[in-house]
Amino acid sequence: MIESTELLRKLSQASGVTGYEDEVRQLVHEAWEPLADEIRTDTLGNLIAIKRGAGDAPRPTIMLAAHMDEIGLIVSAIEGDFLRFSTVGGVDLRTIVGQEVNVHGTESLPGIVATRPPHILTAQERSRVIPLEKLFIDVGLPEETLRQHVQVGDLITMRRDLISLAGEFVAGKAIDDRAGVVSLTVCLDMLRGMRHTWDVYAVATTQEEIGLRGATVSAYGLTPDIGIAVDVGFGKQQGVSDSKIIDMDAGPAIAMGPNVHPKMHERLVATGKQHELKYQTEVIAGRSGTDGWAMQVSRQGIPTAVLSIPLRYMHTTVETICTRDIDRTGRLMALFITGLDEAFGEELGIEKGADA
Amino acid sequence: MKERIRQLVEAYGPSGHEAQIRALIEEQVAPHADKVRTDAMGNLIALKRGSGDGKPVMIAAHMDEIGLVVTYIDEKGFLRFSPTGGVSPVTLVGSRVRFANGTTGVIGWEKWFRPEGNTSRPELSELYIDVGATGRDDTPVGVGDAAGFVRPFEDLGQRLIAKSMDNRISCAVAIQALSEMGETPNDLYFCFTAQEEVGTRGAITASYGIEPALGLAVDVTLVGDTPKARPMAVSLGEGPAIKIMDSGMLAHPGVVRWMIEAAESLEIRYQREVLQGGSTDARSIQLSRAGVPAGCLSIPCRYVHTPSEMVDYGDVQNAVKLLVTLLTGEINL
Amino acid sequence: MTLETLSNARGVSGNEAAVRDLILDAVREQIDEHTVDALGNLICLKRARPEGAGGEKPLRVMVAAHMDEIGLIVTGINNDGSLSFDKVGGIDDRVLLSKQVLVGDKAVPGVIGYAPIHLIPASERNKAPDMSKAVIDIGAANKGAAEGLVNVGDYVTFHATYQQLDSERLRTARGKAFDDRAGCAVLVELLQGEHPVDLYAAFTAQEEVGLRGAQVAAYRINPDVAIALEGTICDDLPKEEDDDSSPVTQLGQGPAITFMDRSFIADRRLVDLLIHTAEENDIPYQFKQAVSGGTDAGAMHLAREGVPSIALAVPSRYIHAPVSLLSLNDFDHTVQLVRAALSALQGGLPS
Repeated sequence: MIESTELLRKLSQASGVTGYEDEVRQLVHEAWEPLADEIRTDTLGNLIAIKRGAGDAPRPTIMLAAHMDEIGLIVSAIEGDFLRFSTVGGVDLRTIVGQEVNVHGTESLPGIVATRPPHILTAQERSRVIPLEKLFIDVGLPEETLRQHVQVGDLITMRRDLISLAGEFVAGKAIDDRAGVVSLTVCLDMLRGMRHTWDVYAVATTQEEIGLRGATVSAYGLTPDIGIAVDVGFGKQQGVSDSKIIDMDAGPAIAMGPNVHPKMHERLVATGKQHELKYQTEVIAGRSGTDGWAMQVSRQGIPTAVLSIPLRYMHTTVETICTRDIDRTGRLMALFITGLDEAFGEELGIEKGADA
Repeated sequence: MKERIRQLVEAYGPSGHEAQIRALIEEQVAPHADKVRTDAMGNLIALKRGSGDGKPVMIAAHMDEIGLVVTYIDEKGFLRFSPTGGVSPVTLVGSRVRFANGTTGVIGWEKWFRPEGNTSRPELSELYIDVGATGRDDTPVGVGDAAGFVRPFEDLGQRLIAKSMDNRISCAVAIQALSEMGETPNDLYFCFTAQEEVGTRGAITASYGIEPALGLAVDVTLVGDTPKARPMAVSLGEGPAIKIMDSGMLAHPGVVRWMIEAAESLEIRYQREVLQGGSTDARSIQLSRAGVPAGCLSIPCRYVHTPSEMVDYGDVQNAVKLLVTLLTGEINL
Repeated sequence: MTLETLSNARGVSGNEAAVRDLILDAVREQIDEHTVDALGNLICLKRARPEGAGGEKPLRVMVAAHMDEIGLIVTGINNDGSLSFDKVGGIDDRVLLSKQVLVGDKAVPGVIGYAPIHLIPASERNKAPDMSKAVIDIGAANKGAAEGLVNVGDYVTFHATYQQLDSERLRTARGKAFDDRAGCAVLVELLQGEHPVDLYAAFTAQEEVGLRGAQVAAYRINPDVAIALEGTICDDLPKEEDDDSSPVTQLGQGPAITFMDRSFIADRRLVDLLIHTAEENDIPYQFKQAVSGGTDAGAMHLAREGVPSIALAVPSRYIHAPVSLLSLNDFDHTVQLVRAALSALQGGLPS
């Protein structure tokens, strides 16, 4: 049985800014190796674990995707003893002021996103968001030493340990979407003790945060018959309207809308009901912004579903989640997979080998 | 090489209307290529075959330029237009443009010499092209015709100025590299792509057709060395830039390493590039089929997307050297 | 199959089944093969006819018209029985006020209400309304009553009925979703006839949320040439006297040829082919005189190694609003022009 909190802790604290997912990929590889029949990395760094089904070959396939990259920063220039930086993915500049970071130069250097003391600022200056051009990172080294250790293009991650809150809630960085990766792990682990006829591709995707790039190429490469993307969704929190959110500690939200094949949605809901799992539903009116958006239009089109794990404070270093929801998501997927049969394939009109 | 640059930068070829520039490039690459073809999107693809042991490599330099397309002709013969690519209205007032059939026009602004003109920036919807017509019936061009800027090439010695350094300078670099290189183990697909300026579209279909093992775009990049420029660690004259990131993609780390090692082995100056804003054909190549390791060799350029773009000749020559070295060696990422 | 039936049918992006079933029934006898794919596209093949026309390997021409329409989707059922909603596709908030809608597959009637003007401060009466808190009222007294009628996730269409207005000159007609049921109706008409090319008629899904159906359909078909049929912007309302700006298209001036929009640049050979064909056959035509909007051609022209593509449209006033208006003359001329163009493509794409 996977200890999901501990795995999440490891993954959350690892570095893996978009395009540079090596460290987190290594950890996911270690977690998945005992659970899969085969494991490999593709051209864009997606980690693909294959768990074969018990049916006759050629077997239909399902792709599960959760992204392992995280938003971050990148060194764009060295100016005196300070570093200028750019953002990778949707970083909210308001949340990083005064933040501790790691600058991944020749070694990992602790740094601080510099702030000017409020005492010397005017009231007007204090009321404005500090633009990127006025933000610097200070690693406390003089220019000469700094230049020996850091170059333009070095990655910067947030320095933040995962902490446990009350009620099996945890908070930390990059839970978007390492929580999804953990749910895939829970699913693979459960499947070891269950019979399933379809082949399962579990994919920890890369470069989601700058445009679903890993999912685009891995879906093309794998050509699955159906797909599920797991990502985090906006959990209920202060200051956000109720119609835009899902409930915390209420299980994964099974999405509906143009991005989701109606039969996939139906079957997931039925699975949840049948096994008395906690789940909720949510409506996504158009672009889901998840790997599912890319998977659905791969090649000739793939029947796709999207699961959202409720999460508060998205794209900050205090992303907060209930670990029970992660387990519930993994369980829902595993039970969905064990229920996949020929009839469901026919219902979806799956034509094996149609692309050849 | 400067004569080659002059020919390329002065040629006509807004996005989607690349026939003239394509013909010119075809003439220049044909003697050095084993096969040349044009695909459905209008990309020109020149193949130089390798000895057979190497990899299929796609080199993409886009040949289209930003321009204007006529959307409406009013009763008095003034042409309204839409931009093809990132055209700023600030650069347009009083500029001259030319159409495929040779018609020249000048761009006017409704607010010129009016009081509001002193205090506001022009909007595209307030601008029009005057081709000297007296009415709708005697306009020498029609709705849907496209125009490019007209500016002569200027050679300042070390620095060069022209209207379409973006990206004809890279076309020149690619053609020069192709003409200078000897044997190579790799199958080299030199793609002079269409429609980059409207969303790196040509590279999407070209890379699908080629199925390269590696993609390398050659394009211009912005610089931070002009007065009060947005901070950026790339300057004119400090060598070609090796792209690490731009707004559209992160270059494959293995490709970055491969390029840096080549530059260091050549002992030429190079710069590491992190660009905010803009992207290149490498963005499309990277996403082709099941994914392609991709990067970009950048030529630093001032005043990008104005009618007077400036590059450094030393950067250009070093880019050629670097490209030849990269493409003629064995590639192991 | 008439434009009337198609316009009255209901199919918001992601929920095109009802429209698809109607179309399939209407064309089943005329086609050789059909597929419904994972996105819900209906792809019909009608081989070149008469036999031998178009040579040994007839040109593969994909003609696409999207079945989906813009609309709303129910995101929540509130305690007071009202329905929260989100928009599917590009809708101007200002057109939502005081409209009749139909909710879900059972077409439950509802209205989108707004605070009476008496209760709105004078300072806000000139502002565009904030629709983020607007709801659909189906008359249910409370949450329980509403739940008996509708579900979260139900798609919502505007309620408008097709009607022909002028029977002589422009032969105008009003109805909802002419973008792009007009294109669908043209394509259904084309399938009734014979063409010397292999015609892949693609009734696509999810155009309004990002040209998604056409993307996968074009990948599957891998055509030689692609044509998108659209109902496009027509802005020929009266203007100020000295305003000589583009109307984009004008009602009654014939089908509109797109040379470029936000999603693609048309293949020049196809632009010339359509102009030439129209002139040769005395069919009126016009250009879409603006670079705006996107069409399925944007997805089709980038499929695989690239596909020479064009878009041709029936001008429609008030698209993306509850009711639009077109000229049946333009509609008929569009059918004629595409039919003639398919014949002209018999020998392949001109160089």
